[in-house]
Amino acid sequence: MMNWKRKDILGLQNLSAEEIGLILDTAVPMKEILGRAIKKVPTLRGRTVVTLFYEPSTRTRTSFELAAKYLSADSVNLSASTSSVVKGETLKDTARTLVAMGADVVVLRHPMAGAPNLLASTIPAAVINAGDGAHEHPTQALLDMFTVREKMGQLAGLNVAIIGDILHSRVARSNIWGFTKMGARVRICGPATMIPPEIEAMGVYVCTRMEEALDGADVVMMLRIQLERQQQGLFPSIREYARLFGLNRKRLALARPGALVMHPGPMNRGVEISPEVADGVNAVINEQVTNGVAVRMALLYLLGGGGMPDA
Amino acid sequence: MHKLLLKGGRVVDPQAGEIFAADILIVDGRITAIGPGLEPGEGAVMDVAGKLVAPGLIDMHVHFREPGFEAKETIASGSRAAARGGFTAVACMPNTNPVADNRAVITYIKTRAEEAGLVKVYPIAALTRGSRGEELTEMADLKEAGAVALSDDGHPVASAAVMRRAMQYARMVGLPVISHCEEPTLSAGGVMHEGYMSTVLGLPGIPAAAEEIMVARDIILSEYTGCPLHIAHVSTSGSVRLIREAKARGVPVTAEVTPHHFTLTDRAVADYNTSTKVNPPLRTEEDVAALKEALADGTIDVIATDHAPHTLEEKDVEYQLAPFGLVGLETALGLVWTELVVPGVLSPVEAIRKLTVNPARILGLQEGVLKVGADADITIIDPELMEVVDPATFASKGRNTPFSGRRLQGLPVATIVKGRVVYNRDLAVIA
Repeated sequence: MMNWKRKDILGLQNLSAEEIGLILDTAVPMKEILGRAIKKVPTLRGRTVVTLFYEPSTRTRTSFELAAKYLSADSVNLSASTSSVVKGETLKDTARTLVAMGADVVVLRHPMAGAPNLLASTIPAAVINAGDGAHEHPTQALLDMFTVREKMGQLAGLNVAIIGDILHSRVARSNIWGFTKMGARVRICGPATMIPPEIEAMGVYVCTRMEEALDGADVVMMLRIQLERQQQGLFPSIREYARLFGLNRKRLALARPGALVMHPGPMNRGVEISPEVADGVNAVINEQVTNGVAVRMALLYLLGGGGMPDA
Repeated sequence: MHKLLLKGGRVVDPQAGEIFAADILIVDGRITAIGPGLEPGEGAVMDVAGKLVAPGLIDMHVHFREPGFEAKETIASGSRAAARGGFTAVACMPNTNPVADNRAVITYIKTRAEEAGLVKVYPIAALTRGSRGEELTEMADLKEAGAVALSDDGHPVASAAVMRRAMQYARMVGLPVISHCEEPTLSAGGVMHEGYMSTVLGLPGIPAAAEEIMVARDIILSEYTGCPLHIAHVSTSGSVRLIREAKARGVPVTAEVTPHHFTLTDRAVADYNTSTKVNPPLRTEEDVAALKEALADGTIDVIATDHAPHTLEEKDVEYQLAPFGLVGLETALGLVWTELVVPGVLSPVEAIRKLTVNPARILGLQEGVLKVGADADITIIDPELMEVVDPATFASKGRNTPFSGRRLQGLPVATIVKGRVVYNRDLAVIA
């Protein structure tokens, strides 16, 4: 097995298929730990993980925090509003402060693309991108791939449909890089106003008819539509959005039998996904959440110096 | 009497399109003789053997930040940067604080430039009060005070009606209008070119259409009003097409391009280096090719830097938070030579023309030529000299360049303004 060499996880664009495979493989025993009665191993004892969140998030932050705790790392959680960034201390200064206090791993969520890159080039600590603007959300994509691999046995050759607001979606971008590197075929679908320019060059098929996107899909990934995008003039109404791009049982029948339905959460039930589908047999949405902890444990392990003599 | 003889160089005459071996004699700030085998008499001799002796370069688009933003640049530091970059004259944009929309600020800029005493600084006045795009400035008064052009650079006039009146009035007064073409509702929030790279990087894009719509609008208004229009920092192939077509029709339009727009593409943004954040943004390979073609066929008249210094701390932040702009004065000539002259896009004479007579003609300046009786504004160029760009050596306060570490060939080695050597890299002067 290859050795892990990277200091940071900034995105999946620059990871090799081999590296992605290693992360997913490492997450398998981590998931086993999550199934134990006593969910704690001493692997990262004495290490400090800081989650630095400049955007509200419950699920990702909690997932990282629990992942750190299950590995016995000390974790601290820092939330800041972006306005304080604009007015006060810079991101770089905040990060330097954390390092001076002994942070080994900094998990960053930031509304601006590229913020983790800036951080990673500033501090010696490992940086994990927990979502930066519309750029990447690598841990979400890794947990999605882990979930699909676990259910389907493999990723190569699968047809993955990603549907919704692609323009603003870091989840879509990371999943496009990840799934295509692992040999899956990715189609994206959404309103023409929410398809970013030249995205075909990322190696995906683009369509605006949901029926086309769903036809023969093995995996259907629905993205959250932010309702305020309507006010920005990106689509005419929630009603029409749901009509054109909402996943319901009838539409799901176009996908392969047994196709997986995924959603990174939080869901707008009745908008991009109908409750019957969200709670139906194809949905793996809750397992995505569990796997998120396992994948983040794997990353903390790989980046946080897991496997050291004291482990 | 102060005499200086430039001995043994090759003189560039961009008007006649010639380069010929000749000496130049300067007496009390003016050129008194151009010809072979001149003798200095009592004066000093500068050995310019093997060098090109060109009319002083003119940068018609700089931001000197004074008054108001002296931490970024002052007229003095900007003048030093200009001299070091081989420029003997610059035209500075009015987006200072206060905005250069009244006689007092224009006078202040001229006074500060005289105190700095290095290069000629020609102020460009605002087109509308406060560059707010609403009311016209006192254009006649501004011209009398010394403004050479009018522009709301950086704050494009959104209203077509205001632009139309401004152009009508500017034509009457006899000043050219310089337009930063950007349709603000299309560019809003954008920080880089909209295309594959913005998609991958997840950064909000500025589509080429945002520039081209305004280029089209302003060309139409120029044609309608008869006002000479100069399009600043053209960056897209579509803009080039519009300008080429307008020129063919006889519209009084001219255009400039910056060295960064004919050198770099949006691929340079890949690592979120904020020195690549500039407005208009770095575009694509296809655009760069179109800009070079437009330089070669004369569609683009001028090369100007859009020198836009910022402090280190302003640029040392998230890409979206960083201000637009990069410094250009001290890398311009090297980029012109390396990217255009060496590969044969432009001949040396054509390149010099776009840095001298062409901007002078647009701004109505006497400068830009070497002739007996004219001010001795001269740039000595070593076309073979190579250097790696090191921002630490810049005279500008700004270090925000995307060209750090790039090897450039063809550099200024001395800059002479009214007979005074304001920059000398290493040429021997024998008194």
